[in-house]
Amino acid sequence: MHELGIANSVLEAVRAEARLHPGARFTKVGVRVGELSGVEPDSLSFCFEALVAGSDLAPLELAIERCPRRHRCPACDVSFVVVDYELACPQCGKAQTDCIGGEELELSFLEVEQP
Amino acid sequence: MSRVPLERKVLSENEHIAAGLRERFARHGVLCLNFISAPGAGKTALLERTLEGFPAGRRVAVLAGDIQTDNDARRLARFGFPARQITTAGACHLDARMIERALEGWDLEALDLLFIENVGNLVCPSSYDLGEAAKIVLLSVAEGEDKPLKYPSIFFKSELLIVNKIDLLPYVPFDLARARENALRVQPALEIVEVSCTTGQGLDAWQRWLDRRQARAAALGIPLPL
Repeated sequence: MHELGIANSVLEAVRAEARLHPGARFTKVGVRVGELSGVEPDSLSFCFEALVAGSDLAPLELAIERCPRRHRCPACDVSFVVVDYELACPQCGKAQTDCIGGEELELSFLEVEQP
Repeated sequence: MSRVPLERKVLSENEHIAAGLRERFARHGVLCLNFISAPGAGKTALLERTLEGFPAGRRVAVLAGDIQTDNDARRLARFGFPARQITTAGACHLDARMIERALEGWDLEALDLLFIENVGNLVCPSSYDLGEAAKIVLLSVAEGEDKPLKYPSIFFKSELLIVNKIDLLPYVPFDLARARENALRVQPALEIVEVSCTTGQGLDAWQRWLDRRQARAAALGIPLPL
C-alpha cells in the first residue's frame, strides 16, 4: 500500500508547479499509470482524495490515464496492446516482441484556472 | 481554464537519487542486487546461505530492510561481512534515499558486491528504483504458481527468479513447470534457478549465476541493468 506515498508525490509536484505560477488555481492533475508500474489506480485515487480534502490544494481532481502493456514487433514494426500476456505479434506471429509501454508512472498535465 | 503539459515521472525525486547511487556503484565497481519477495519466501535464508559459502576475503556487504526489528541484519552479520538494518517504521518498501543514508560511512571502494534485502512485499518495492544493477525476485513453493500473473510488475522488472523451498515440493500442490511458464509469460527474458536453502539443493546454480553476473558487470565496466 504505497499509493499514499505516490499520491503525496503527485501533490508535491503540483505544489512545486504552484510556486512557478503564483495566484493560479489548479483544478485537475493528470497522471499516467501503467499496468506494470506496481500502482493500483483505484487505491491511488482513494489516497489522493484523502490527502487533498482540507488541504491547500482542495478541490484538486485527479485524472488517471490507465496505460496497458504495449509491445512492438521488431520484424513487422506493428505495435499492439498485450491482452492476457499474449506477447506474440498478432500480424506475423513472431514470439519475441519488445515492450514499449506499461511501466508509466508519470505526471501528464495540470489544468489551471487563471486569476 | 488552460491545460499545461507536465511531463515528468511521479517519483522523479527517487529516480534522481537512484541515478546518483547507480553512478556511485559504477564508479566504485560495485554490483548492487535488490532482492524482492513476499514475506517468508526466504530472502534472508538465501543471503545467509550465500554469505556462508563466501570466502572470508569476499568484498560483500548487505543492507536488510524491514518494517520493524533488526533481526535480519543480526542474522546476516554472523558471517563476518558488513550488514546494516534499514528499519522503515511502517513503510512497505525501501526507497533510494534510505539506501543513500544507510551507505553513509561505508567505503564503496572496499566492496564488489552489495545485496539489498527489500521489505517483504511483492507490490510496492517494484515501483522504487534503488540504483541496483538488477532486481531478483524470490518465490517459494509454499505460495501459488500463479503469483507471476497476479503480481506482474515485479516479475517483469526482475532479471532472475529464484524459486525457493523446492525440498517441500512433495508436500505442496505447487506446479513448478506451470510457475516457470507463468513467469516467462510475464517476462520472457527472465532467468530462473530453483533452490532449497534448507538442503542446499540448487545453490550452486545460484552461485554460478552470481559469478556470471559479476563477470559481465566487470567486463562492461559498469553494472548497468539489461
